[in-house]
Amino acid sequence: MAKVTTPKPAELVTSIDLKPSAQQWMDIPTEIKPGTFCWGAKAKNLNIVEFPNARDWNPSEEDWKLPENWQEIFLTGMKNLLDKYRSFKVFMDICVRCGACADKCHFFIGSGDPKNMPVLRAELLRSVYRRYFTTSGKMLGKTAGARDLTIDVLKELWYYFYQCTECRRCSLFCPYGIDTAEITIMGRELMNQLGLNTDWISGPVANCYMKGNHLGLEPHAIMNSIEGMIDDIETITGIRINPSFNRKGAEILFVTPSGDLFADPGTFTCMGYLMLFHELGLDYTWSTYASEGGNFGFFTSNEMAKRLNSKIYAEAKRLGVKYIIGGECGHMWRVLTQYMDTWNGPADFLEVPVSPITGTRFDTSRSTKMIHITEFTADLIKNGKLKLDPSRNDDLIVTYHDSCNTSRGMGLLDEPRYIIRNVCNHFHEMPENTIREQTFCCGSGTGLNASENMELRMRGGFPRANAVKFVKDRHGVNMLANICAIDRATLSASMDYWVPGVRVTGVHEMVANALIMKGEKERETNLRGEPLPGKEGN
Amino acid sequence: MKILLPLFAVVALVVIAFVGVQANLQAFFGIVIPYAAVAIFIIGFIVRVFRWGSSPVPFRIPTTAGQMKSFAPWIKQNKIDNPSSRLGVFARMALEVLVFRSLFRNTKTELHDGPKLVYGSEKFLWLAGLAFHWSFLIIFVRHFRFFMQDVPTVIQIMESLDSFLQIGAPLLYLTDVVLVGAVTFLFLRRVVMPQIKFISLPADYFPLFLILGIALSGILMRYFTKVHIVGVKELVMGLLSFSPVIPAGIGSVFYIHLFLVSALLIYFPLSKLMHMGGVFLSPTRNMANNSREVRHINPWNYPVHVHTYQEYEDEFREKMKKAGLPVEKE
Repeated sequence: MAKVTTPKPAELVTSIDLKPSAQQWMDIPTEIKPGTFCWGAKAKNLNIVEFPNARDWNPSEEDWKLPENWQEIFLTGMKNLLDKYRSFKVFMDICVRCGACADKCHFFIGSGDPKNMPVLRAELLRSVYRRYFTTSGKMLGKTAGARDLTIDVLKELWYYFYQCTECRRCSLFCPYGIDTAEITIMGRELMNQLGLNTDWISGPVANCYMKGNHLGLEPHAIMNSIEGMIDDIETITGIRINPSFNRKGAEILFVTPSGDLFADPGTFTCMGYLMLFHELGLDYTWSTYASEGGNFGFFTSNEMAKRLNSKIYAEAKRLGVKYIIGGECGHMWRVLTQYMDTWNGPADFLEVPVSPITGTRFDTSRSTKMIHITEFTADLIKNGKLKLDPSRNDDLIVTYHDSCNTSRGMGLLDEPRYIIRNVCNHFHEMPENTIREQTFCCGSGTGLNASENMELRMRGGFPRANAVKFVKDRHGVNMLANICAIDRATLSASMDYWVPGVRVTGVHEMVANALIMKGEKERETNLRGEPLPGKEGN
Repeated sequence: MKILLPLFAVVALVVIAFVGVQANLQAFFGIVIPYAAVAIFIIGFIVRVFRWGSSPVPFRIPTTAGQMKSFAPWIKQNKIDNPSSRLGVFARMALEVLVFRSLFRNTKTELHDGPKLVYGSEKFLWLAGLAFHWSFLIIFVRHFRFFMQDVPTVIQIMESLDSFLQIGAPLLYLTDVVLVGAVTFLFLRRVVMPQIKFISLPADYFPLFLILGIALSGILMRYFTKVHIVGVKELVMGLLSFSPVIPAGIGSVFYIHLFLVSALLIYFPLSKLMHMGGVFLSPTRNMANNSREVRHINPWNYPVHVHTYQEYEDEFREKMKKAGLPVEKE
């Protein structure tokens, strides 16, 4: 497949026009543009998880090799979803098209494509809903805003449901709480029934199902990866850490996104977890079977998400742990907060999480029995259980990016901030319309973090990057902290493109840099092997 | 077309009522249509809400709009925008329904040179929405003077507040001005703002024109043409007591007004106007964010095919043993 080139930032910005033309949107044909879509799923990956209509296909070709009765599959599927989800039914019916959501979407702001206005993204599907499920749409057709489900309409739906990262920012501003994430979830579920998945999502799903994690790391590879980190930690601190894997009888199971095991800067965050847990003497274990906190199944179908998620409780039960700590990740925490217990609970074989260090009982997780590592660490710091030297992070001028899912699907806002303020001395917030519940997506969530759609990612990442640029210009910010594995990978690319000079870090990388460990040698470098402030001459 | 079509539709409704009255069909427009409209409205509304209600809420999916209830008492929860209790949800819904909390957050995104994105405050939609809905409600309640033999004190107070400017005779109601102004604004933004124009459908213009028609015909009656008010009250009371009468001498403007109101009632349950009921059923707003504390039950949750640990170990046993990992079966 031909290599797609991404326009330069200046070119990209000039192409943005936030004022749509005067045309009728139904009359504007959709062109599937290179650089803005992901490759189609491979048959072998869909077959592994028994997904329907598996075949190799290419979105840029005319023929999508659809099953003959694709319309019937789509419409029957839609009926089923309407019957199963009140959200879907209500959201199909009550939009008044006030337009409050229109300019809240990072993809619209970065592309100016009016079909990326959340209201219109939903209208793409609503028009089909009206045509087949409402009397007025059946009778009045286009006058009632209805249209036939043609092959071009299907392609348009596919194209735009893979230009939404389910970040829910639009939902925040909607007077009825209409959530485009919910509509995209339904849309993708319908695409899934037609085998119209993307390779970047279905590959990780197949990997996660068979091998326990998205990256497809086999048990020994996970251990090797962590071995490598342990060697680095020893070099930096003089301390040899000895974590356990698949150990029965441990008190705590730790689950983090596999991205943390694989590439910088996620690996530095992972080193942070290892060092923190070692310092505390925590009785915990990693699992190679439940070695994924994230859930790309969530971007295919509800059932697949449940199938992947099931491993976490199953493994906790098999190992006989008391509770679970989860690492820094975005969509992982929406799934763990709003779905896991409903799918795979009740976790009555676990206990309400209690910090063995501080004795704090995490009652707010008394049903899921799983706590976020920033909750765990914030509690440690508050209780004075960590010796911290924030000056080791003095070379960092930090700002913090709230992940969409932890903000709008959970509300974990101040715990990470509390940690950041305690482990570094220079912290500046981005403008208020771009943080906390109003945070902007990195631009590459929901499995859109491929390379073939780089233009789309950079467009979607523009609002976030622009807010970073604001604090870079004003305060000299050079480090973008976050609590999400996908952010760590994708914001790095987006910063290089939009705001060169700003790097990306997980919160626990900064914790570990500041953490004074018992018996450590005098540290010369940070976890990245760069000289600590004041040690540059050594 | 998407503007003209609904405009013609409303004009057609006016013409139909006018011609009908000229043809002495007062009983049809004054009795049959209003009864039918109210019946369709009530039944239609209930059916729609019932249909929504018949689909379950499988997951607890509030849009959390502030700090959650933390494990730590020293982290302050935003109890309204991220509620964890019923009381919090009640407050969130009340703010949403009564003062349009979410719309109040509205911003306007602008791209300046630099490039620099700016998110300016944009309260006009919120203000116009609030002005429209509240004045509509007050006007509706004010109409109860026609529905009751003795006008209750509450309504008398409301009327005097509404006309406190003491302009003209009969006294000018503020809400009349506000309603027409707000509806006009809501219409104009659909014509002037490119984004809003792009997304607007005939179904967005039609109710605006219809409501404007209702308001203008009402204003015409009160301030300009004057109707036979005693006759109107007689007619309305007759409808309410199920012994309808058609008093003579009520002008055709009244029948046009009544016909447009009937059209609105009939149109209501078939349209986006059902957001009035739907907002209460929106799962992103009406649920507490407590799914980590209390398990939410999905009525259609079903067992799924999973890849078990045993299957995983069977595939990787040799590699696991070699790496020194414990295994269940040797």
